[in-house]
Amino acid sequence: MTGASGYAIRTEDLRKTYKSSRGDVPAVRGIDLGVGSGEFFGLLGPNGAGKSTTIGMLTTLVLPTGGRAWVAGLDVVADPVGVKRRIGVVTQNNTLDMQLTVAENLEFRSRFFGLSLREASRRAAQLLEVFGLADRRKAMSTDLSGGQAKRLLIARALVHRPDVLFLDEPTAGLDPQTRVNLWDILRVLHAEGQTILLTTHYMEEAEALCERIAVMDHGEVLASGTVNELKDGAGAETVITVRYEDAVPADMTARAGLAGRPGVRKVEADGDYVRVFTREPEGVLGELVTAGSAAGLTVRDATQLKPSLETVFLTLTGREYRE
Amino acid sequence: MTTISAARAQVAESAGVPSASEVADLIAKAPVPRPTLPRTFGAMMAREFRVLRRNAVSTFTRAVMQPLLFVFVFAYVFPKIGGGFMLGGAGAARASAVGSITFATILVPGLMASMLLMQGIMAVTFPLVMEFSWQRTIEDRALAPVPITVLAIQKITAGGIQAFLGACIVFPIVLLVHAPGQGPHVHVTNWPLFIFILAAASLLTASLGLLLGTVMDPRKMQMLFAVILLPATMLGCVYYPWAALNHIRWLQLVILINPMVYMSEGLRAVLTPVLPRMPMWAVLLALVGGTAVFGYLGTRTFTRRVLN
Repeated sequence: MTGASGYAIRTEDLRKTYKSSRGDVPAVRGIDLGVGSGEFFGLLGPNGAGKSTTIGMLTTLVLPTGGRAWVAGLDVVADPVGVKRRIGVVTQNNTLDMQLTVAENLEFRSRFFGLSLREASRRAAQLLEVFGLADRRKAMSTDLSGGQAKRLLIARALVHRPDVLFLDEPTAGLDPQTRVNLWDILRVLHAEGQTILLTTHYMEEAEALCERIAVMDHGEVLASGTVNELKDGAGAETVITVRYEDAVPADMTARAGLAGRPGVRKVEADGDYVRVFTREPEGVLGELVTAGSAAGLTVRDATQLKPSLETVFLTLTGREYRE
Repeated sequence: MTTISAARAQVAESAGVPSASEVADLIAKAPVPRPTLPRTFGAMMAREFRVLRRNAVSTFTRAVMQPLLFVFVFAYVFPKIGGGFMLGGAGAARASAVGSITFATILVPGLMASMLLMQGIMAVTFPLVMEFSWQRTIEDRALAPVPITVLAIQKITAGGIQAFLGACIVFPIVLLVHAPGQGPHVHVTNWPLFIFILAAASLLTASLGLLLGTVMDPRKMQMLFAVILLPATMLGCVYYPWAALNHIRWLQLVILINPMVYMSEGLRAVLTPVLPRMPMWAVLLALVGGTAVFGYLGTRTFTRRVLN
């Protein structure tokens, strides 16, 4: 239990490798996380980064193949039932019970957690009221809109007052209005002290909601910290990319003296583009255009990314973020 | 925060963004959960019966149509249009056993066994395949605070109860639907044994249903009928007693791998004792052993599917 003390969620070298006919497929390659009580923590990464597998292991539905993890101080492998008592999970899919009505989905979940019939129906009514679903109580859960279903999933995850609330890609596939609504709900929950772990592949979602973020890719945590720490650390740089109509000559960037400019950390030239990572972006774009025309190249396309989670990702992986 | 609260005021009614005080209440006034294994198990069973009650009409129709049509054709139509159609198993049974046994008498235990299999699979396999495919709604129940094996046992229990009730529906149907003089001679010789056989057979089909539901490829569900349901029923001593197969010795031996044989024969032994039947020890061993084997395998594959 030593690894767990003081954390709502803790992982040590947590791993998951799936066996398949074509060999082992590592989904999570040894991650160390620590989430404090009351914290709003985000796992950010592109699809396939290992976020859902990680949340699966923390919620006991995926068995780790290495390392350890604790939720609410309990080992997820040794005491899955204890962990399940203390967590609420909003799954990525709509896992509402299709055979039940909206109210029954909450009532039966409450009863699964040991509430009496009367307590369960009172709790369901309270949740429906708060989440604006009271007028849909008798509808079948299959008849809900995407946003309503997501609210019901969140309500259902809260019936037993969980220590930790897990949300796996809660706003994927929702329209922008509904997404902002859900953000508000999550902010209110967090303000009331709810510990939340959220996965998302939307950078702006992680930035808008989470106090701390772990950036994941290919099953590894590349960096973690507050949004500002991440920007100050890996990606406080503006990333300027210029694409030309033709291949860039090998000596073009050296001749332009780009690497020697103040603030420039790295200059990449590959194929038809040049990318500059710099803390002082003024004038760099102009120089790239000038250097290009000196080498007989026409600019096809130019982008300048201000320091953001996107530049953090680009800096950490060398690849553009794919959502 | 002003924009948030303004937006909230606008959409609170329709979109359900809770206010801070509401959420504070939600957390502070939450009842303390006290899950225990029996409570959670009971709640899951209550959920099954709520769903059954909601779908009462379709469940009832599903359960009644098969025995009703079988009995109508075999115990009403065939006797009416003449004995020539009563050859085959019934004829053999008639020749080898007692003189005046109606086909309905042979059919009662067979139909009950057939219903058990049908209901056990309908009640467990089909919902399970749905729960594992597409949205994986199984995760709803898998997150309940009990071990996954308890969830598997709960599914067997619920399916077993449905199979049990489905088999009982056969009684009123065979007693009511038949041509004059073609009614079955049903007489329960040993009630505790009858209930035990029926219960064991129900759990066996539900366990088999769990196993099938966890190993079946949802895209190949049609195969279930061709590979499991049809052979099990046609070669399951539903329409003929096992003893009558002594004319086809190889078949008599081959079908011993079919659990339906023991269900039909066990029920035949306690319901229609006038007919020849296989020894009771073999029936009980197969029913209890089969339930244990299918239950074990089904629970194991179920747990593996849920925890990936």
